Amino acid sequence: MSSPLPSATNKQGQSETQQASTLHHSEVRIRPEEVRAYDDSSRKPVLLAFFLALVWLLVGTVLGDLSSFKFDRPDLLTEQAYLTFGRLRPAHLNVMVYGWASTAMFAVSLWLMPRLCRTTLRWQFAAVSGILVWTLGLGIGLVLLLAGVSDGLEWLELDRYWADPLLVLGASLVGASIWKTLGARQVQHLYVSVWYIAASYPWFAIIFIAGNLPIFKGVESAAVNWFYAHNALGLWLTTVNLGLIYYLLPKIIGRPIYSYWLSLVGFWGLALFYALNGMHHLIGGPLPSWMIATSITASIMMIIPVVAVGINQHMTVVGRFGAMRYSPALTLAVIAAMSYTAVSLQGILTALASVNRITHFTHWTIAHSHLGLYMFVTLSLFGGMYYILPRVLGREWPSPRLIRAHILLAGGGMVLYVLALGIGGVLQGLSLMNPGEAFEISVAQTKPWLLLRSVSAVIISAGHLIFVYHCWRLAYSSRQGHAQHPPFFELKPVLVKKGSAS
Amino acid sequence: MTRLLVLIMGALATVMFALIVLVIMPRTMLADIKAPEQLKPLSALEARGRQIYISNGCIYCHTQQVRDSNFTADVSKGLGNRPSVPADYVNDAPHLLGTMRTGPDLFNVGSRLPDQNWQLVHLYQPRALVPWSIMPAFPFLFEHKAKAGPNEKTLNLPPAYAPREGVVVVSKDAEAIVAYLLSLKHAYPAPGNDLTKEIAND
Ligand code: HEC
Ligand code: HEM
Ligand code: HEM
Repeated sequence: MSSPLPSATNKQGQSETQQASTLHHSEVRIRPEEVRAYDDSSRKPVLLAFFLALVWLLVGTVLGDLSSFKFDRPDLLTEQAYLTFGRLRPAHLNVMVYGWASTAMFAVSLWLMPRLCRTTLRWQFAAVSGILVWTLGLGIGLVLLLAGVSDGLEWLELDRYWADPLLVLGASLVGASIWKTLGARQVQHLYVSVWYIAASYPWFAIIFIAGNLPIFKGVESAAVNWFYAHNALGLWLTTVNLGLIYYLLPKIIGRPIYSYWLSLVGFWGLALFYALNGMHHLIGGPLPSWMIATSITASIMMIIPVVAVGINQHMTVVGRFGAMRYSPALTLAVIAAMSYTAVSLQGILTALASVNRITHFTHWTIAHSHLGLYMFVTLSLFGGMYYILPRVLGREWPSPRLIRAHILLAGGGMVLYVLALGIGGVLQGLSLMNPGEAFEISVAQTKPWLLLRSVSAVIISAGHLIFVYHCWRLAYSSRQGHAQHPPFFELKPVLVKKGSAS
Repeated sequence: MTRLLVLIMGALATVMFALIVLVIMPRTMLADIKAPEQLKPLSALEARGRQIYISNGCIYCHTQQVRDSNFTADVSKGLGNRPSVPADYVNDAPHLLGTMRTGPDLFNVGSRLPDQNWQLVHLYQPRALVPWSIMPAFPFLFEHKAKAGPNEKTLNLPPAYAPREGVVVVSKDAEAIVAYLLSLKHAYPAPGNDLTKEIAND
């Protein structure tokens, strides 16, 4: 059985205590100083990556807001080429995916690995340089993109000669530090989070290099494009965040993962089927039909790992949902885990030809994107930051009120976003399908829903500002009150107002 | 799991398998497709226009594909007289198939809207011609001048959208992108070596 914390058995199996790897987690005793040493070893790269991720989050928010407003006001900011929709939108995608999410995922991986391997972080310098090289690559790519230099493939717009080599180098350096730490592990058993996180780095390097080779043309170029983009979602963004959720849920609740077998099924099922999903982005398109059929089949097979992970995580938390009131990290991890199930089920539905013929080219896809990349990925990363930052900095979040405001605005705003575009997208799709209707109707039918999305964009942005402000206060608050209790020690609910909880 | 070797080999095996099935195998199969005779390679001006299409992100609102008529309405909506096939795209690098139809499909826009002047004005200000449009205006692809020089083409704009002073001159970039749009015509019959059909009929 897996335990949320690896047992104390060391690699040679000769630890003083000789505990089996099936040890129940509550029996594992790790001295606080020991954990402190692990956290200290990763402190530098973790803080650096979280800081950069927050900067990118703000940049990406501005780019997303402008892209959204431009649907309502197409004549907004049209005089400069770098402000045109067709440049801001890919800039939004690249900043959010490679800047915000990926950089925060570096921090999460680098913080989790030493804890789960029960050793200090190795090659810390490589990790720090990797993060900086990655950021430099993205910065160069972004400037070029806004200046009109784009590789022209969605998700792969960043310049393949000036930006992409730096991204590959950066991720490889971080990956090297992760794998070196893994090699030096003091535990025999690999916890499920380790599988996901460690595998993500070689996966990312392979797909990113394959996607950027300049040797493809015609429909092959489309096949490689979506092979990459889908796996960037499935074998990078999804996997690292599932690893994080697998850590947070049992750790905060204080009981082990429900089933080791479901963990195994979830992991290998995802590795096998997700990698074959890419062509479902081209359903009905000019590709050999067997390729598309392969991906539709693999998409349907995804039901296996998705349900396995869903049941496993649900059963781990079930009966303890009340604990969410005390821990924002748990709240966000639970919402993220549920959103993972929801977005995957929506995705499987969307991959069916009968549904895809309606929704393919519509804002339904954008609703799906943000259900996945926001309600799952971004909320999981927020949860990770709520858990990790106080432990790295050694002090508690200053204000429960700001936490509540952030979760409510970001989460609530995004629910509105997804509902608005989900509905708008279906209306748009039905209109585009109807041979009797002019194109104008599909535009007219989406306009009110796009406006609603812009409203939600403002709400979400307010949430982001509050979060960044709160992080800033956490980082620079006086050291008063430092380390009197471990974080979240006080038994006061954080997520309900005073008085309303008894 | 306790072994790193199982983890790394397993992880590499799954992704390499997918890479072979979806990238390497199709590459060998698609290599034989020839350009149909009627599909002209782009002229230098049109190729420049395609580059401007890419750098200004037209792809985020426009597709260039007519989907399978067995289960979509693309052909009956008049986007083309047949679904598009791999041979239509052999000259495209990168592909511009697109994933959004915020605007109409452009695979056959050269046949549908062949008027160069319409295209230029539409690019400068879509709402001058299509009041309900949400397409961005692209004034930066044109030049504002007090007076047009010799050999310079000016735009004939409705008064509401014309600059208060001076004229709008068509730049080389605007000319190029419109040339590219007008080149988008795929009315010829689907070529015989169409892989999609062959396999579907097997
Ligand atoms: C924000 C989305 C958006 C972007 C970006 C965009 N368009 Fe459009 N486009 C539209 C919409 C909506 C229409 C339909 C209304 C109209 O005709 O203006 C349209 C219509 C068109 C049409 C007329 C098609 C027809 O069949 O009526 C052409 C040609 C066109 N766009 C070319 C371009 C080019 C070239 C670019 C890039 C420089 C571009 N568009 C960028 C949304 C967009
Ligand atoms: C402030 C919050 C956000 C707003 C207002 C916003 C807005 C937008 C807009 C307007 C688009 C373009 C949609 C279109 O072309 O029709 C978009 C696309 C996209 N956004 Fe966001 N976004 C936000 C947050 C995020 C985050 C946090 C991520 C990722 C971590 C993200 C990832 C994406 C992706 C991947 C796309 C492309 C979707 C596709 O092609 O299907 N967004 N967003
Ligand atoms: C079993 C799981 C899933 C399936 C079967 C699935 C299926 C799909 C399909 C069919 C599309 C193409 C829609 C279209 O263009 O018509 C799509 C797009 C997308 N999916 Fe999923 N999805 C799944 C899970 C996820 C998850 C977990 C995420 C986020 C982490 C995600 C993020 C996205 C994004 C961002 C796009 C838009 C890509 C683009 O056009 O730029 N999906 N998905």
